[in-house]
Amino acid sequence: MAASAQAAATRGSLNRSSISPGRRLRNALATVLIYVALTFALVPLGFVLWYVLSKGLGVVDAAFLTEELPAQVRRARGGIGPAIAGTLVITGFATLLSVPLGILAAVYLHEYGGSNPVAGLVRFLSNVMAGVPSIVMGLFIFTVFVLRRGQGGLSGLAGGLALACLMLPIVIRSTEAMLRLVPNELREAAYALGTSKSRTILTVVLPAALPGITSGALLAVARAAGETAPLLFTIGASRQYNWSLGGPNAALSTQIFSNAQAGFPAAIDRAWGAALTLIVLVLGLSTVARLVAARLTVR
Amino acid sequence: MSTSPAVAPAERRLARRGSRRADDAFRLLSLAASLTVLVVLGLIAWSTTKEALPAFQEEGLGFVTSARWAPNEGAFGAWAFVFGTFFVSFIALVFAVPASIGIALFITELAPAPVRRVTTFVMDLLAAVPSVVFGLWGVSVLAVRAPGFYEAIGSPLSAIPGLGGAFEEPFNGKSFLTAGFILALLITPIITSITRDVFETTPRGQKEAALALGATRWEMIRGAVFPHSRAGVIGAVLLGLGRAMGETIAAALVIGAGAQTGLRLFASGDALAARIANEFGEATGTWRSALIGLGVVLFGMTILVNLAATAIVSRAGRKAG
Repeated sequence: MAASAQAAATRGSLNRSSISPGRRLRNALATVLIYVALTFALVPLGFVLWYVLSKGLGVVDAAFLTEELPAQVRRARGGIGPAIAGTLVITGFATLLSVPLGILAAVYLHEYGGSNPVAGLVRFLSNVMAGVPSIVMGLFIFTVFVLRRGQGGLSGLAGGLALACLMLPIVIRSTEAMLRLVPNELREAAYALGTSKSRTILTVVLPAALPGITSGALLAVARAAGETAPLLFTIGASRQYNWSLGGPNAALSTQIFSNAQAGFPAAIDRAWGAALTLIVLVLGLSTVARLVAARLTVR
Repeated sequence: MSTSPAVAPAERRLARRGSRRADDAFRLLSLAASLTVLVVLGLIAWSTTKEALPAFQEEGLGFVTSARWAPNEGAFGAWAFVFGTFFVSFIALVFAVPASIGIALFITELAPAPVRRVTTFVMDLLAAVPSVVFGLWGVSVLAVRAPGFYEAIGSPLSAIPGLGGAFEEPFNGKSFLTAGFILALLITPIITSITRDVFETTPRGQKEAALALGATRWEMIRGAVFPHSRAGVIGAVLLGLGRAMGETIAAALVIGAGAQTGLRLFASGDALAARIANEFGEATGTWRSALIGLGVVLFGMTILVNLAATAIVSRAGRKAG
């Protein structure tokens, strides 16, 4: 009898009801607060995406996507064709410049440098560079490139250089992380076959890490395509299509900025349309990046 | 690892000499690529400082201590923008830090696997939306509706002794608070993802031990997860702060471009990056040089914050490892 009572008491103390009301309340409160935090991030995001979709879809049509920019922001009509072209040209150039450079730099850091002081310094500095505000990159290219070339300096080339500075540390960091995942046995197997180190890197290590490197690079491209600040003082202004790197150009992000700042109803409409276009472009890129990464982890 | 076999077939020796030369060339090429980081960073510091020099020389220390910015009178004091940068970033952190910790806890401790994946995906989505789009939403939706709301909460709160001043008039749609809120949305994904990684490194044994001792989930989080992750979370917050200080476009659209140094949430103010973005197009001469000077000050501030963050995170990593 006494034994069973003790057992019941033991069972009781393990029961949920034995937790004092105060402790239970605090636990419930914390859980509620966590859900509040979640709502804080999700509700505004939902609002932003809903606005972009509902306002943007009313504006975007074939003419909007292909026509030239309007002569005055306050006027209705006019498209964003040149801005799409400019974003593609500028981001494309930045990618061609920063991705190979970043991959090579990461190859040095991981395959040659390892933990030597040079690699340590470069790793440290690329962390510093990743923290440099994007507007400072714009000022930098303005001072070293645009100022030296006068008015002709304002170009897609200058904008691409600024975006490349922004992308470089991101590419270096993600590529080095991917190289770290390549098993050492692969390198040793290649050396055992008498392959030189550079050949091993080019034909064994990089191909093995390629999906991860690609997805990291695409995320950097997506980030750069949405950036506004580095382009503000570097690309100049153009209403017409400019598929070349020389001469003034336009970009989606700077178009959204200037139209939003102008504040006229027609300009705000155009900004929503451009925002929808830019988001589709950026999310498309990051989705591709994620698919590539997923393909990697499945194998 | 890099030593080649000592004996090689004679006929291969010649080819190997060629490949060794190729090896050296490739190593040097990759070394050069990695040194571009050093060169670019050096160039950034040198070229922007050089262009800002005329303004620095004219104003001396007053460039950062004076709050008077009047380009047409040749007065360039950046203090109001330095103040605004810190104030608006602080507001952003007040919103973003609790939210990020909450979301990270939700992902690591609360959510079942499918929900966790969806939440992570949504946070990635939030991170991928360009900041100019948040700025557009802020200026054309939030800032338009905000004044009424600000007045409704500001009027009663301004009666609080001591703290009330922060809630006083004016009630501007484009204000420190609006900008701080938009910045919070921009830095939440960053702080969340680092915080989540830190929480995930809490040893399973410690968490299970806490639960086995009868702790509720909250007590387990407070007793096992938080003490383990303190340094990492502080680092994540500092990285978020660095990002908020450098964020330009969203702030430029919603902060209101009013140079002032009052701690009033609903008043228009300005930040370093926003002022550069808004004025650079029309500036010439000393004015332009002063705006580049704002960039140099911002560069210095973000580097200090990021260095502190990196130091704290790597020390936390060593301790955890």
